[in-house]
Amino acid sequence: MSKVLMKGNEAIGEAAIRAGSLNYFAYPITPQSEVAEYLSRRMPEVGGVFLQGESEVAVSYMIFGAAACGERVFTTSSSPGISLMSEGISYITAAECPAVFVNIMRGGPGLGGILPSQADYFQATKGGGHGDYRLLVMAPASVQEAVEMVMQAFVLAEKYLNPVMILGDGLIGQMMEPVEFPEHLKVEPSNKDGWATSGMDTRKSSHRNLVKTLYLDPGELNAHNLKLKAKYERMQREEIRYETYNLNGDYEILIVSYGTMSRVCRTAIDNLKESGLEVGMIRPQHLFPFPGQAINDAAAKKGCRAVLSVEMSMGQMVEDVERSVIGKCPVHWYGKCGGEVPTPEEVMGEIRKIIE
Amino acid sequence: MGKIFQKPEALSDTITHYCPGCTHGVAHRLIAEVIDELGIHGRTVGIAPVGCAVLMYNYFTCDFQEAAHGRAPAMATGIKRVRPDLMVFTYQGDGDLASIGLSEIVHAANRGEKFTTIFINNAVYGMTGGQMAPTTMPDQRTTTSPFGRKPSEVGMPIRMAELLASLETPGYIVRQTLVKPKYVTRAKKAIKKAFMYQMENRCFSMVELLSTCPTNWGMTPVAATKWVEEKMMPYYRLGEFKTPEDD
Ligand SMILES: Cc1ncc(C[n+]2csc(CCOP(=O)(O)OP(=O)(O)O)c2C)c(N)n1
Ligand code: SF4
Ligand SMILES: [Mg+2]
Repeated sequence: MSKVLMKGNEAIGEAAIRAGSLNYFAYPITPQSEVAEYLSRRMPEVGGVFLQGESEVAVSYMIFGAAACGERVFTTSSSPGISLMSEGISYITAAECPAVFVNIMRGGPGLGGILPSQADYFQATKGGGHGDYRLLVMAPASVQEAVEMVMQAFVLAEKYLNPVMILGDGLIGQMMEPVEFPEHLKVEPSNKDGWATSGMDTRKSSHRNLVKTLYLDPGELNAHNLKLKAKYERMQREEIRYETYNLNGDYEILIVSYGTMSRVCRTAIDNLKESGLEVGMIRPQHLFPFPGQAINDAAAKKGCRAVLSVEMSMGQMVEDVERSVIGKCPVHWYGKCGGEVPTPEEVMGEIRKIIE
Repeated sequence: MGKIFQKPEALSDTITHYCPGCTHGVAHRLIAEVIDELGIHGRTVGIAPVGCAVLMYNYFTCDFQEAAHGRAPAMATGIKRVRPDLMVFTYQGDGDLASIGLSEIVHAANRGEKFTTIFINNAVYGMTGGQMAPTTMPDQRTTTSPFGRKPSEVGMPIRMAELLASLETPGYIVRQTLVKPKYVTRAKKAIKKAFMYQMENRCFSMVELLSTCPTNWGMTPVAATKWVEEKMMPYYRLGEFKTPEDD
């Protein structure tokens, strides 16, 4: 297939359709309202469902209801909207239903701003809603990667019976880039007869299905949480994804950065190379599970003097970086989160400061 | 000779956890009878609320989802939009529907979502121990209105049937009660009609049922029944407030 020039937000909507998710519920919020605008036209063309809900709270439960029937379903929102959806996300993880949530992050806290940010790292990877749950979190660095991740997200959500979150910064949504769509996803959601409330007539067994999250018995609730924990541990074994840059030779500094920010870091690394300073980078493509071992190995390499977490937040991922480096060398943070993306020069300046 | 009285197939054998004299069980039975009579058991999905009826799926034999507090109408919307062939009902208390979930029920009704809501109005939060609800009567004592509900401070009870009937979107909105056999018969008719409108893909439907909570009202079941007739029914008028034929 040939490449088409598309805005990130529209490409995300189209990717979900090609992944066979013909069900979309959402509430408008900048900087991702284009997804809903695009799908309000596109869903009727493909015989899909488009519904603008009354709030993100309601949307998260529309997603829950539809997902619990075994149908592929997704929503998109931005930071304040994801806060409101967090109640529903907690329930959906507890009920073990597959669904895809896209967060095109904007600055916070509160109303914050409408410009790009990565300040929802904690919310996405450490909870947001209540209880012991995890989301599989994918962080695209280009429109092409966003498309591929959205499509893969449905497969992973169904593999783990757990919601998957695409965590993109505002630039991923707003950027126009050439994209090539992979083949339509052929895989049908499997194993849903065992749990989905699809109506007893539609299934072979005469067993009724119940989707619930209440476990009043302490032993049962603990067992349920252990089952969820085992799933998250399996993700840690099977779903770590990251990309390395300039990591094969020697380097004095290791950068850890993701999403749009990592693209700026690449430019900084290229520029520093010209002046004779070698810097390597690990870009987590999945934020949960986090590539801790890879970061530890890279930090332990001879010649590496420090690790720098570069993120559009006031220092969130850096905590996971520290946890991974475990004292192998000093860990620094650099970032901004007003909506301005740090420039390559600013990143270079920060690295020079560390070297001195 | 054929049986003239038996347990509906839509009900399980499980003994309910409801208090003696509570009308939740009556409401369950009526819904189950209607499911049986319409022959829709295999394509029905119920949605349990957060409230005393949170475990209601243990008493039914069809597919069920358990909602978060107040969100059942949004879940029902999700189901009906992606699977319009399913028959979906929510079962909600007054705290669930008229307080925390007010937005969800109003917007679902206003969009004309094709599901049925059974609304149990017992004028208190039963499950959490009898706190004040938006439907609590003036001067009614509850654990959070120990001196009686003061309308000057917290307003008058919300009449949900009237509120939803005021929407321009066609719907079937009715209020009945479960406190005496003659009312129970009318309640069953209303529930059946509501399900039939859904089957015909006509409109949103809500059946509000004035119910008792003897435990939290601190009354005997008999006194609770009387209280509904004397205190609640004059304020919460019974009858059909809206039918799709009106429009
Ligand atoms: C978000 C949230 N807030 C509060 C609660 C606590 N809670 C559980 S049931 C309930 C009230 C139930 O009252 P009602 O809906 O009238 O049902 P009833 O028990 O009277 O049938 C409350 C406040 C909760 N479970 N979730
Ligand atoms: S507390 Fe009230 S509503 Fe709940 S089961 Fe007992 S009587 Fe019924
Ligand atoms: Mg109540």
